[in-house]
Amino acid sequence: MDKLTQKIRQEAARLLADHQVDRVIGFQEGTLPLRSAPVIVHDPADVDKLVWNSFCGNNLARYLRGLGGRRVAIVAKGCDVRSIIALIVEKQFSRDQVVIIGVPCQRMIDWRKVAKAVNGEILRAEERDGELLVESKGFKRSLQRDDFIHSLCAACTHRNPIVYDILVGEPVEEAGQTPFPESAAFEERSPAERWAFYKDEMSRCIRCYGCREACPMCYCEECFVDHSQPSWIAKSVEPSAVQIWQIVRAYHQAGRCVSCGACERACPMNIKLLYLTEGLNDLAREMFDFETGLNTESLPPFATFDPDAMRDTAKQDGR
Amino acid sequence: MNADITKTDWAPRVLVLLCNWPLYTQSDLAEVAKTREIPQVRVLKVPCAGRINPLFILMALQEGNDGVLVVGCPPESCHYKAGNYLSNRKLVVLKRFLEYLGMEEGRVRFEWIANPEQGGLSRLVREHYEHVKQFGPVEKLVRSHFASGPLSYSSP
Repeated sequence: MDKLTQKIRQEAARLLADHQVDRVIGFQEGTLPLRSAPVIVHDPADVDKLVWNSFCGNNLARYLRGLGGRRVAIVAKGCDVRSIIALIVEKQFSRDQVVIIGVPCQRMIDWRKVAKAVNGEILRAEERDGELLVESKGFKRSLQRDDFIHSLCAACTHRNPIVYDILVGEPVEEAGQTPFPESAAFEERSPAERWAFYKDEMSRCIRCYGCREACPMCYCEECFVDHSQPSWIAKSVEPSAVQIWQIVRAYHQAGRCVSCGACERACPMNIKLLYLTEGLNDLAREMFDFETGLNTESLPPFATFDPDAMRDTAKQDGR
Repeated sequence: MNADITKTDWAPRVLVLLCNWPLYTQSDLAEVAKTREIPQVRVLKVPCAGRINPLFILMALQEGNDGVLVVGCPPESCHYKAGNYLSNRKLVVLKRFLEYLGMEEGRVRFEWIANPEQGGLSRLVREHYEHVKQFGPVEKLVRSHFASGPLSYSSP
């Protein structure tokens, strides 16, 4: 990882010094263990803040908002690059405004899995040579990094950046498409069990909108929950309001979600969300043969239609 | 809220979102009137199925409608060219997503009315009505009684 960090810093310094970009979006060491934090670097002297490690779970494409005419560089792993492409397709900015420092992803860890494995509050954590060195009150433990990979990362089929301007690190071997275990398991349950699970998970939602804020695709200036005439759903934790909020937020990602997991990672109440987004991604693949962010030509499924295909869909789903 | 479930002939409350164009002539309007005679069925006309915000369907369920039937124009018949195609995608995905979450299959239904056959609409609505009856009153997504209505303009 150190080599990657070095290369990222070098490239960032060069791009900033040459005034090729206004700023560099990347990761810095986080204030919480096991979680690197996003950072926006303006000054070439600050590039030493930039790091790259297995704690870089956020989707940095989230910070490509309100670019105006600016040109920025962004450190992007596989899923981030797909978000960037999806945003370009949705005309949020143009391709030449973004210098993509692509990093083939080594898969990110799930800090919650680590927290479960360690019996005590984690005070410090360090990654070294495939190991996670975790420090708690009065003891240290060494864990194998590969045992704590986030479930989405384990199922990822697009770890290599699809487009990039600079490539940092060696391309990795892509896995074949396997069903995402959480949505597959969810679908196996009976309808009553599925609803019970959904209801139970959502009972913890406090409407903090962390999921929305973390998502690169939730860029609406006015979110539907903020609309007031009419007010679609109450801004409260009344169960039906929460359930509809979550259904619609996920639904608004249909054909736009890149399975980065930022939403679930951001949730302060540890609510499971990935079975929702992956369920919709499965639907998009099945119904429209569409996967988000693979190229800048394909329109997202809700922005287009296929008259011939429609006949069949209606027959299957009209009842 | 719905009729008391303990009454033996509970009638489901069904909302039909009907596009303006399939049933347009005088004889067609008679068909719509016939549909409205089915107890607890409300027909809401929209200019095009493409106008339907998926939130309408969710609001309908939240307000206690036991069934929501969306009726649009068949392929190549949209008065506005493509509204039915776009709504098909949006609404069928919503419908399948709700069923993925455990909503009873068929409470929400998207259908198009073939170029007006006599009795087509009322037959379709009856079919949906009977289908929804078997599920009993809707419970999922229904607003809890203590909360004030989301579509109210005045403060509680």
